Amino acid sequence: MGSHFSAEDIPQMSPTFRLQWEEAQGCHVILYPEGMVKLNPAAGEILKRCDGASSVAHIIDDLKAAFPDVELEADVYQFLDTAYDNQWIRHKHA
Amino acid sequence: MTTNGSDTSTPKPLWLLAELTYKCPLQCPYCSNPLDIARYKNELSTEEWIRVIREARALGAVQLGFSGGEALVRKDLEILIAEAHELGYYTNLLTSGVGMDEARIKAFKAAGLDHIQVSFQASSEELNNFIAGNNSFQHKLEMARLVKKYDYPMVLCFVLHRHNEDQVEQILEMAHALEADYVELATTQYYGWALHNRDQLIPSRAQVEAAEAVAHRYQEKLKGKMRIFYVVPDYHEERPKACMSGWGSVFLTIAPDGTALPCHAAGELPGLGFPNVRDHSIDWIWNDSPDFNKFRGYGWMKEPCRSCDEKEKDFGGCRCQAYLLTGDAANADPVCSKSPHHRQIVELVEQTNPLTEPGTASLVFRNMRNSKRLTADKWPKASGQ
Repeated sequence: MGSHFSAEDIPQMSPTFRLQWEEAQGCHVILYPEGMVKLNPAAGEILKRCDGASSVAHIIDDLKAAFPDVELEADVYQFLDTAYDNQWIRHKHA
Repeated sequence: MTTNGSDTSTPKPLWLLAELTYKCPLQCPYCSNPLDIARYKNELSTEEWIRVIREARALGAVQLGFSGGEALVRKDLEILIAEAHELGYYTNLLTSGVGMDEARIKAFKAAGLDHIQVSFQASSEELNNFIAGNNSFQHKLEMARLVKKYDYPMVLCFVLHRHNEDQVEQILEMAHALEADYVELATTQYYGWALHNRDQLIPSRAQVEAAEAVAHRYQEKLKGKMRIFYVVPDYHEERPKACMSGWGSVFLTIAPDGTALPCHAAGELPGLGFPNVRDHSIDWIWNDSPDFNKFRGYGWMKEPCRSCDEKEKDFGGCRCQAYLLTGDAANADPVCSKSPHHRQIVELVEQTNPLTEPGTASLVFRNMRNSKRLTADKWPKASGQ
């Protein structure tokens, strides 16, 4: 099953979406014209690392360092694909 | 905190709609503003709006819509955008584009505006200008191009009704040519001026079905390029819309004079106290005022809503529509086929004959003169109106 992303790809937020921590809701949210998506903690951790500089491999390493006991690689790819399909993120230089 | 529904989390006014003014250079006969717009003279000051924006943000508001009337009429719009941006809002300007130019678009960008939604009245110049009551079409096109040039997400809004419902294909082609990111096709909702003009605006069932088919075809065709939101016209449905995601659940509207409302049409409901931000904090208005608690949760419901297994999905529909069409805001929205009042909506839709040309002569345009005329009984006699 192919992913939209390979380990060396660099994902970044699409310019029409904004990721932000919302204190009042205690979670990350994605904001776009007149809309909002609330993210679960895992999704928030992944997306905040999609900074347009880090590769997917780097993002996974970073997450493994932060959450050492979690087997997360497959989940990261799966969520990145979901985010891509929703146009929240895209490939840098794409 | 008063919530008597299944949702035990405290509701937050996530969506703040700031109706900055009811002044507007357009005269669209489907406007959802109240008929008595001419009475709103005492607009909030810049400082008062800033306080409202701050207090709502502290309660968790995150989406802020600058609306009206036409928000561009307010010369302090740039100041309010900058303040909202600083506070962390996602800022939306909902506008006709009339009153905007490149310098202002640039200034909004510098102030941190996230999104400009330009509304069109039709895809043809003639119909657009007729509905808008002015020659705004070419200017709107120019503004749409500038929105793109300055890297805003481009959202175009078209309100559909009898007179343009057959043009959905041309509308979507035009939006695509302008490289819109989102298009909102919203069938007229019958409040305020639109309710007054309902007989001239309501599309036939055949028109709605054809428009829906075109919208779905383009949703497929332009997938990944342009998102098309087709708002289902509720009069043609069997179940009501989940209006405002429930009363006092997400939406907070502030009218130009500071009146706080759970939705922009609620000013028509009887028995509300209409708390004003000049007298109360947003915290009190949202959490404690009788108005905002009146239809929260499910305890207020009557049958058929009370025992309905869909009540958590649609909250009984729209309180304003229930009042306007049945005389009691606590009744089920008559759009619902379970409502004993549903028949009148079915009859209204059935009477709308697709074969007859809609007459436009009796459309009442939204302007201050008509407002004064239609709401004369609310005016003091001595005013000479």
